[in-house]
Amino acid sequence: MLTVHAYDVIVIGSGPAGLAAAVSAKKNGVNSVLVIDRDVEPGGILLQCVHSGFGLETFGEDLPGPSYAQRYILEAESQKINLLMDTMVLDITSDFVVTVSNETIGVQRLQAKAIVLAMGCRERSRAQIRIPGTRPAGVYTAGTAQRWVNVEGLMPGKNFVILGSGDIGMIMARRLSLEGARVNRVVEIMPYLNGLSRNYVQCLQDYDIPLFLNHTINKILGKKRVEAVEVVRVDQNRKVQPETAEIIPCDTLLLSVGLIPENELTRKIGVSMDPITGGAIVDNCFETSIPGIFVAGNVVHVYDLVDYVSQDGTTAGKYAASFIQCNWNSNRRKIPVIVEEPLRYVVPQKICPDTLRESAIRLLMRVSYPMEYPVQVSLFTDQKEILNKTYPYVRPGEMVSIQIPKSAYDLIMASQEVRLKVLRKE
Amino acid sequence: MTNSQNLICVTCPRGCSLTISYDDQDQITITGNQCKRGAAYAKAELSDPRRMIASTVRIRGGIHKMLPISTNAPFPKGKIMNLMAFLKSVEISAPVKMGDILIENVLNTGIAMVASRNMEKID
Repeated sequence: MLTVHAYDVIVIGSGPAGLAAAVSAKKNGVNSVLVIDRDVEPGGILLQCVHSGFGLETFGEDLPGPSYAQRYILEAESQKINLLMDTMVLDITSDFVVTVSNETIGVQRLQAKAIVLAMGCRERSRAQIRIPGTRPAGVYTAGTAQRWVNVEGLMPGKNFVILGSGDIGMIMARRLSLEGARVNRVVEIMPYLNGLSRNYVQCLQDYDIPLFLNHTINKILGKKRVEAVEVVRVDQNRKVQPETAEIIPCDTLLLSVGLIPENELTRKIGVSMDPITGGAIVDNCFETSIPGIFVAGNVVHVYDLVDYVSQDGTTAGKYAASFIQCNWNSNRRKIPVIVEEPLRYVVPQKICPDTLRESAIRLLMRVSYPMEYPVQVSLFTDQKEILNKTYPYVRPGEMVSIQIPKSAYDLIMASQEVRLKVLRKE
Repeated sequence: MTNSQNLICVTCPRGCSLTISYDDQDQITITGNQCKRGAAYAKAELSDPRRMIASTVRIRGGIHKMLPISTNAPFPKGKIMNLMAFLKSVEISAPVKMGDILIENVLNTGIAMVASRNMEKID
């Protein structure tokens, strides 16, 4: 346990965020970069996302998930990035000591000069949404089913009901239909779709799978195996209306009810967290409240496009390189980014006005509820509105973004905060 | 008389809401698209709807049992289930490289099935 290996940058997680951060750190002059992952091969969850739709922003091509991952894996290999796979990270300290464990090395300590956390997120499960009823086999998260079908070649059932209209749920509805299963329906408690509209068309409509908005699962029935679920309508306060109950026979219930950034390690280090995103509070360099601890990707907040994950991972890797090259001022001025309802959150939560000299700053936001009419997203300094962007509509499932250009440097430098608002466009 | 129909473009994650209007001469006008691909999608969707199809095939000697594959072009919607039935009978041997053409001219569509990733041969 006493052996200590030293690296310049250690990245935790080999998904798109971690790989992009590692490649970027290396390209920015870092000598040794190590990526650690608990899986047996790099690529992260993209490897089980066999559907296409990835990379339109980054590569201008429509790639399947594994191909998008493959490009970064090849790049990491050509950049001579060290990979430590099949390894759990047990602990990380604020002075960059990483304790790892695997079958061959036992427990070992690694020393870094900067860390990038890129652990991604995990799915909410039955326990977190408290569905009443029995506890039979046949209740899985959509991602688990995806892994079984796409990687291991196993079918989790024959007759499905899917709870939640997130993208993974809809994509699995299509995937299972293609594999010959019946998908009875997708049930969504909210009055609107949770994933992308295109997935409603190409995953549900194309396969005649009905979507029930304002509905939820009130009970799971079955002794050893799921035999049926009770589907009920909810009112506008999401309160179950028992008189609307309908028993739907099925053998498998898939849950696509949200993702939670996986931040056990982050919390252990003592990084300040944002209770709304479930991730660390970051500035636009993706540095956390602890100097030298950077974060990237879904561990910060749940993205809807991997392209943005890679871009932000690249940013995190670049500034991790700056940090260890000592051209870094940890006391640099940061100003808060504040969002007003109906914006639910923004990432980054702080910006370093200084960095606008080098590059533009992108702010990513989500709204609390859909606005199905033209809206204007406006950015204010403490003096005035300095830029705005029009959207034909905004929805919780689709991220809103606005870019602060380099030309706004003087205005942002003079301000104590920036504020974001969304207003109906007349 | 003008008729119109709404579609959601599936070409990219933006998912534009398209409106297709027909005038008296059956000329169509497409609005709502934020790029050229939206118009092309709408036209194709009305005459010959197609989708990119991603799936898996069995692989021997790889790290996993299944290899992810994809069509190299949008595939006719009406033949998708035939394609799936056909893929069940396919087995590939590792090693495979991303982009390798595994099946040419699948079901005489002129479309190929290509590997979505590398998969080394392991012992």
